[in-house]
Amino acid sequence: MNKAISTLLYSWIEAQATPAQLDWLQQRKALLTTAGTNRDLHISLGLIPRKMGRSDLILNQSQTDNAQSLADNWRATGWSIDMAARCWLLLEQAAIDPDGFGQLFQSLCRTADLNESITYYKATAVLPYSEALDWQIGEGLRSNMRAVFEAITHNNPYPYKHFEQNRWNHMVLKALFVESKLAPIIGLDERANAELAHTLCDYAHERWAASRTISPELWRCVGPFATDKLFDDLVRASCSEQVSQRAAAVLALQQSPDPRAPNILSKHPQMVQKIATNTLSWQALPD
Amino acid sequence: MMFIDPHAHMISRVTDDYEAMAASGVVAVIEPAFWLGQPRTHVGTYIDYLSSILGFERFRAAQFGIRHYCTIGLNSKEANNEPLAEAVMDILPQFVLKEGVVAIGEIGYDEQTELEDRYFRLQLDLAKEVDLPVMIHTPHRDKKRGTTRSMDVCEEHGIDPSMVIVDHNNEETVREVLDRGYWAAFSIYPSTKMGNARMVDILLEYGGERIIVDSACDWGISDPLGVAKTAQLALEKGIPKEQVELVCYRNALNAYGQSGQMNESDWLDPPSIDQRTLFEGNSILRGGREPVIKNATNDDTNTDLLIE
Repeated sequence: MNKAISTLLYSWIEAQATPAQLDWLQQRKALLTTAGTNRDLHISLGLIPRKMGRSDLILNQSQTDNAQSLADNWRATGWSIDMAARCWLLLEQAAIDPDGFGQLFQSLCRTADLNESITYYKATAVLPYSEALDWQIGEGLRSNMRAVFEAITHNNPYPYKHFEQNRWNHMVLKALFVESKLAPIIGLDERANAELAHTLCDYAHERWAASRTISPELWRCVGPFATDKLFDDLVRASCSEQVSQRAAAVLALQQSPDPRAPNILSKHPQMVQKIATNTLSWQALPD
Repeated sequence: MMFIDPHAHMISRVTDDYEAMAASGVVAVIEPAFWLGQPRTHVGTYIDYLSSILGFERFRAAQFGIRHYCTIGLNSKEANNEPLAEAVMDILPQFVLKEGVVAIGEIGYDEQTELEDRYFRLQLDLAKEVDLPVMIHTPHRDKKRGTTRSMDVCEEHGIDPSMVIVDHNNEETVREVLDRGYWAAFSIYPSTKMGNARMVDILLEYGGERIIVDSACDWGISDPLGVAKTAQLALEKGIPKEQVELVCYRNALNAYGQSGQMNESDWLDPPSIDQRTLFEGNSILRGGREPVIKNATNDDTNTDLLIE
């Protein structure tokens, strides 16, 4: 898989870089492959934004489709050319020294500047798994920097593939805490679980008690487990003054196994109709 | 008017300060690596410190629409701990090419010991190797001779004065620093360094060429609005606007911009990737906005303009 991903990334870089920039990048790779020291790697990675620039990668549908099929639904959005070049060089490095790569990844994250942090965590979508890398992901998840947190959580298949349930649940909960969107989390519906649903409803009660707003996306992970008290919470949300809350509650109620669900849904015929025609969905919630 | 505070230890400041700085017109700050009051005793804490000013502090500043840069170096006080200093020298090359590193600094002398001299010189060579400007911390004690010596050593190492910012100047040091072709920075720091009324007198005497105003705000009693307040006082005293802009904005940009890591477009027209990830919810395109000097306490009636 790595080789194919590496080729794909390079093709994106190639499409936007000048011949001189590509020469430079190839020279650095050649250096690292033949006689590269740790210092050479640090300098190469450090120089990338200076040499390659920081413009956005412009990818078309077939390019992003390729990424999805090659790397477990990886959504290649929000990448810039320096990010792609750094990621490509890391993949090459992982091929040169597979056993040492996890440790290398840790040391790079330890001394990363802000954009490097974002890039390295985003790259975990395609980097080879190791225990060391997985440990480092935990550090990134604990970051207060939302852009770093989202480098792991958004459009990245890593959590879906590798997180055990507790880590997954805390990722979702933290996303809500830091007002990060849930929709870009890959596998959100597939990884929904009863424990998460209960935790989220507890969180909703905290927010209600403090008269704070609740992200309507919260209910998405509650719906399939909404019976008893959780069902009552959805009913409460469906009576909210906010249209976004009502819409999210109706979407969630459609997933609820509770026998009372059809009755509540029948009180929201317009929204049910919108869901049927796909004008209301988790991807298209009203504000 | 837009301001740059090219010497501010933001790691020691609270978010109110960032808010007040942004409101006063500060668009960018430079955080020099320095000591933290309490000496560090392990290279590990040094690594984490440098990573903080390259990472988290940059993020924190961005939340207030302020661009954050830093300088990397081993300061003169901690240069006296030889085992630590040796270990720090080994890790510095890993940090000097990071994004937003605009100089090697702040380096120079504290008590003018042999060890301080040794690591000052080694770092001058590093600056030359990676083609970065140098930010010099001139000593608090025996300042005049320490300043002269710092410049002598720079020249011994073949560093062009145009690549060196000599900081913490006062009335006694400024003439020689300017005459020898260096950038002369002044820290508007109450009680120990420079007051802003004195600063205005210096501007009246020397003009604005190669003079830079900063706050050097840190964990001591200091004022993050040092640059904005000096600008306002200078304007009130009749210093031409162009000259105020030079010393409170343009000169710092020109001096540290020599690193290639600090460009006006960073705040006027940031790369779209940064706008998406770092400046969400903040408009930093605010060149035409009227600056407001607002105390960090939000007590608008108490805006002491004088820093003495």
